[in-house]
Amino acid sequence: MAAEREPPPLGEARQPELEELEDGEDLFTSTVSTLESSPSSPEPASLPTEDISINSNGPKPAEIILDDDREDLFAATEEVSLDSPEREPILSPDPTPAITPVTPTTLVTPRMESKSITAPVIFDRSREEIEEEANGDVFDIEINVSDPEKVGDGMNAYMAYRVTTKTSLSMFHKNEFSVKRRFSDFLGLHSKLATKYLHVGYIVPPAPEKSIVGMTKVKVGKEDSSSTEFVEKRRAALERYLQRTVKHPTLLQDPDLRQFLESSELPRAVNTQALSGAGILRMVNKAADAVNKMTIKMNESDAWFEEKQQQFENLDQQLRKLHSNVEALVCHRKELSANTAAFAKSAAMLGNSEDHTALSRALSQLAEVEEKIDQLHQEQAFADFYVFSELLGDYIRLIAAVKGVLDHRMKCWQKWQDAQVTLQKKREAEAKLQLANKPDKLQQAKDEIKEWETKVQQGERDFEQISKTIRKEVGRFEKERVKDFKTVIIKYLESLVQTQQQLIKYWEAFLPEAKAIA
Amino acid sequence: SRLQGCSPPGPSMLERHGDGPIADITLLPLSEELVTDPSLQVEISDAVSERDKVKFTVQTKSSLPHFTRPALSVVRQHEDFVWLHDTFSENDEYAGIIIPPAPPRPDFETSREKLQRLGEGNSTLTREEFAKMKQELEGEYLAIFKKTVAMHEVFLQHLAAHPVLRRDHNFYVFLEYDQDLSVRGKNRKELLGGFFRNMVKSADEVLITGVLGLKEVDEFFEHERTFLLEYNTRVRDTCLKADRVMRAHKSLAEDYIPISVALSSLGTQEVCQLQTPPELLGRVASDEDLKLSDLFKYYMRDSQAAKDLLYRRLQALADYENANKALDRARLRNKEVKPAEAHQQLCCQRFEQLSASAKQELTDFKSRRISAFRKNLIELAELEVKHAKASSLLLQNTLIVLKGDA
Repeated sequence: MAAEREPPPLGEARQPELEELEDGEDLFTSTVSTLESSPSSPEPASLPTEDISINSNGPKPAEIILDDDREDLFAATEEVSLDSPEREPILSPDPTPAITPVTPTTLVTPRMESKSITAPVIFDRSREEIEEEANGDVFDIEINVSDPEKVGDGMNAYMAYRVTTKTSLSMFHKNEFSVKRRFSDFLGLHSKLATKYLHVGYIVPPAPEKSIVGMTKVKVGKEDSSSTEFVEKRRAALERYLQRTVKHPTLLQDPDLRQFLESSELPRAVNTQALSGAGILRMVNKAADAVNKMTIKMNESDAWFEEKQQQFENLDQQLRKLHSNVEALVCHRKELSANTAAFAKSAAMLGNSEDHTALSRALSQLAEVEEKIDQLHQEQAFADFYVFSELLGDYIRLIAAVKGVLDHRMKCWQKWQDAQVTLQKKREAEAKLQLANKPDKLQQAKDEIKEWETKVQQGERDFEQISKTIRKEVGRFEKERVKDFKTVIIKYLESLVQTQQQLIKYWEAFLPEAKAIA
Repeated sequence: SRLQGCSPPGPSMLERHGDGPIADITLLPLSEELVTDPSLQVEISDAVSERDKVKFTVQTKSSLPHFTRPALSVVRQHEDFVWLHDTFSENDEYAGIIIPPAPPRPDFETSREKLQRLGEGNSTLTREEFAKMKQELEGEYLAIFKKTVAMHEVFLQHLAAHPVLRRDHNFYVFLEYDQDLSVRGKNRKELLGGFFRNMVKSADEVLITGVLGLKEVDEFFEHERTFLLEYNTRVRDTCLKADRVMRAHKSLAEDYIPISVALSSLGTQEVCQLQTPPELLGRVASDEDLKLSDLFKYYMRDSQAAKDLLYRRLQALADYENANKALDRARLRNKEVKPAEAHQQLCCQRFEQLSASAKQELTDFKSRRISAFRKNLIELAELEVKHAKASSLLLQNTLIVLKGDA
């Protein structure tokens, strides 16, 4: 029977029923065998390859091969034979202790056909920990990204960031640890998680955007404020990205995530290079996907999904507009700051030319106040930007992920429908053969019917599963969104209050000077 | 149609609140005495904006014998004010007086354009944003309107307060003549003439003091000359910079509008209260504008008028010097000595009168300037504190609501 499993992290502590790795093969085959130790044996190993594509039910298996074959992962029609022995482990070749098969649990998991396998199983103990706090989605884990450091020179240089984790969750080796990661590592992590979880309905937080221009400046060694700003912006974005990712109960248990946070060395994520062949392939596939989407006319029987689709469309537009408004605000704030500084200088000069002493002093004081106000404007611009604009950018990308997930559901539905159509055809073919009385072909036809009946059933189950997952994910997303926005707005308002308080101080200090003019 | 909804406010959109003045002229650089002198009180009680003209209703209350009635009311346009100013500045009798600068031309162009653009079916704005923007722009328009009224009023009140200028015949005509003054705008020739005159003036200034080697014997005037030349330049620059700050403030306030609308519509679970900061910010901008940039603008013009006075005095000095030289020549040739003497006496008298008057005027100018700056700087600081406190309170209340909403 197909167990419902969650793509789990491989925890450290062992499950009592640890079973021997079969065949001494790679991690996943062994895990799989353990899972399948339950009564119903998996179907024949040779699966029709079309079953396993990005639209497959189970999470993407450990196909993330750390070499140039990555391109396969991103092909829309990728053929992955899950049982193929060429499969390589997803993790760095870590010896056995890391692999701990576990009793499958029934938390939200992608439906898995016993024959289509996959991902690592969940580790019970850590799962419990997480379940306990799952209601509030508060896990005791804190991530910091800090200390950006330039490594190397010229065009091959890159920035290394320190990723520090503080946690009491026992799935990690230690309570506090840190590693050095570069930007492409983050992108690699995201692409692994996305490949595994997006197509079954999990909203995987998107990674920060690449920026060729920004990075080039840094590489070339331009030590100006814009490149410092760029690095800081990126650091903060990476931190938010990780924090969002670990907040997700399912993703938190992913072994790749854990490896990312813990391992001192990470295999280089190669295909995230901006101009790599794989990158281009991905772009092409995205475009193909978009075309496909347009032609799938789904019969939406579930009003909830229709409503949500529309809601997200609206939200997306709103956020984009708001984002551009905030950018205009930041720009004007900077302008105001420049103008205030110019005014301050001018007022100082006026004070100098004023021949009445007290008035002259007052004007100089006015100039000083205005200079301080200029500082405030600059700081406020900073706050406007970081606090607001970045959050909006994050959410615009998140919504793209949500749309992607809704999209996958449509494809899933399409697949199910297609299976039904094929089944129908097979039945018709069988009926014809019955009449024509060709017994050998008849048997084949009957076999095919059976096969397609199963596929139809699977398709339906998959569709239900992804719908169920999405509902939960969307619910979670909305809660998080409201919380996030609220936090950011509160922070922003607090910064505004600070500015006002400072203004009060400055002007109150100036008042006696003005009054002293005699 | 939307365009209709965006026409500038008007016609008569300034209401009287009881007996108070129509525009808060205390915002402008005036000393208190001017307003309360009962023998001649002038104010602009109403103003109407029509297409490209503004019509001011000037009301006078006076106990002076020159007027036929104790209370008068006439309608005047901007050109009438300019005409009045020019009659003063071109009148040699008033050469020794700092003529109050003419009010600037009413300029609603930018504001009107903005309103028009808003009304032109700009579809990127939501209904709420449109309403707020309209409110903001109308407020701006109203502020400009009030300011222009105030400037015209202050000009008249300065005239009324000046012991010599208030007795001018043209001034009475301006205040009393109940028909259209039919002051035609200066025609092209006159305008150009004025332009050249100004150019020549400054060239002269250099000539007179430099080339002809006119020595300023009076320390007071020497100091004033240096001071005014520099001060005028500086205050002009400060005025410009203050204007830029004001414009930047305004665009910031306008930026907040769509943001606050968007945030409030992002759902009932989220913040709805971010509306107030934009309004506050906009108001601070226009108040600051009234205080600082008006102050600088006024003193830019006033110091220019003071410079003009100095120039006239120098001209009188040059005349005097020339008359001296002419007298010397006449004496040498022993021809027409008497007229030369008379002329020289005249020039001397004129120069001395001018100097005396100028000294008084310049001293007054200084004390006017100091008290105006003092008043305005104090009010500016108090206003800034008031606004910052109000904003702060509003923001804090919003925060309480938000935080409690968890």
